[in-house]
Amino acid sequence: MAKVIEGLYYSESHEYVKVEGEYGYVGITDYAQGQLGNVVYVDMPEVDDEVTAGEEFGAVESVKAASDLFSPVSGTVVEINEALENSPELINQEAFENWIMKVQLSNPSELANLMDAKAYEAICD
Amino acid sequence: MEDKKTCLWERHNALGAKMVSFGGFNMPIQYTDIVDEHMAVRTACGVFDVSHMGEVLVTGPQAEDFVQYIFTNDISDAPVGKIYYGMMLHPTGGTIDDLLVYKEGDERFFLVINAANIDKDYAWISEQAKSFDVVTENQSNYYGQLAIQGPKSEDVVKNILGIECKELVFYTFKKIEIDGETIIISRTGYTGEDGFEIYGSHSFIQKNWDKLIESGAAKPCGLGCRDTLRFEVGLPLYGDELTDNLTPIEAGLGMFVKTDKPDFIGKDVVARQKAEGVSRKIVGIELRDKAIPRHGYKVVAGDKEIGEVTTGYNSISTGKSVCMALVNIDYAKLGTQVGIQIRKKVFPGTVIKKRFYEKNYKK
Repeated sequence: MAKVIEGLYYSESHEYVKVEGEYGYVGITDYAQGQLGNVVYVDMPEVDDEVTAGEEFGAVESVKAASDLFSPVSGTVVEINEALENSPELINQEAFENWIMKVQLSNPSELANLMDAKAYEAICD
Repeated sequence: MEDKKTCLWERHNALGAKMVSFGGFNMPIQYTDIVDEHMAVRTACGVFDVSHMGEVLVTGPQAEDFVQYIFTNDISDAPVGKIYYGMMLHPTGGTIDDLLVYKEGDERFFLVINAANIDKDYAWISEQAKSFDVVTENQSNYYGQLAIQGPKSEDVVKNILGIECKELVFYTFKKIEIDGETIIISRTGYTGEDGFEIYGSHSFIQKNWDKLIESGAAKPCGLGCRDTLRFEVGLPLYGDELTDNLTPIEAGLGMFVKTDKPDFIGKDVVARQKAEGVSRKIVGIELRDKAIPRHGYKVVAGDKEIGEVTTGYNSISTGKSVCMALVNIDYAKLGTQVGIQIRKKVFPGTVIKKRFYEKNYKK
């Protein structure tokens, strides 16, 4: 059974955002990592890139397939999780701690378009 | 059309395998984890259900002449019990299929073909057979098949299945009477490791699969790791590195094409390619970064598109991102710097040999 955490925002394409002040930490959910299997590479954006809600910002690659990542929020990338460059398997170990990018949110009202933990859990069944 | 099921289909589901469509069959891609299954074969022993493969028996006074005419390798003067790898070609030199030919007798040959090509191959074989004094029989529905692969395979086959194979050398086989039926066991495989393939009735295959799984001696392995294993040692997959429009010379498999033997279908084209060279070729490419080149991605040199990836992975055994790709011959030389377009970026790479991991066959 995939883990879901209260207090995060979730997208239908299985990304999450953890909001802290004006920043959001974006990653893929535990359900998504389970579906993908062994993550072997994370194609991350670069710091200062602009990302847009609903648009692609990178990809997560497992042995068999590449899955595009869609940003749940709009804003500017202020940090990427460099640990994933050499240890992409961290996503399999703990998806909610190993976020992929930190975004300075340009339009926090977009968060209202995302799901809460309960609604997200329902679509993973 | 609905996918066919092999005689082990219920067992795959009971083991909780993830099932996918492959070559017209509903097959297990993995049971637990593709990396664990891959490493089991590299270091110990794994068992694959390969019952989807097709089998065609060719018999008759002209059986050898016939096989020689449709097959690129040279089976003349072969001893009984020997196996040959090669291709069937269109008159254009394009590849109908790659296959194994088992010599059962001077007038009896057993052909093992790819699942996805069974109907196409058998139609082709039947058509060509009209000009020869031979009988062909599609036995694909009769046979189930297990591939037992990995360095411990010989012990597992002996201790768990009770079949002694010490005397079998690579690419040979024997027929054995067990439980009132004749089965075929060969020292062959598609993983780059030592191993065996066993052909028998559905009930025989089910019974022996159960012995292997229940004993824990062989790990059940799916098609996912079958592909990563064959890829690492540079073995082609029909549909990726061989197609109706690609010759074995272009695929870099010229050693299985004997242009010094008598006429065979497609010979003029492949003989000319051997003599004069080809305009494109399958090569290996290693990327500097860990992004993964996948089937269909473009290979570039500067702004110019020079080819396409046929298979690519982050190699499980070596950790490197590598691929096989069909490239313009001007870029096929070892050491050539090329790029691969992966999503929005071009990743730099180098042309290398298409064997990314050394085979461990028992000769």
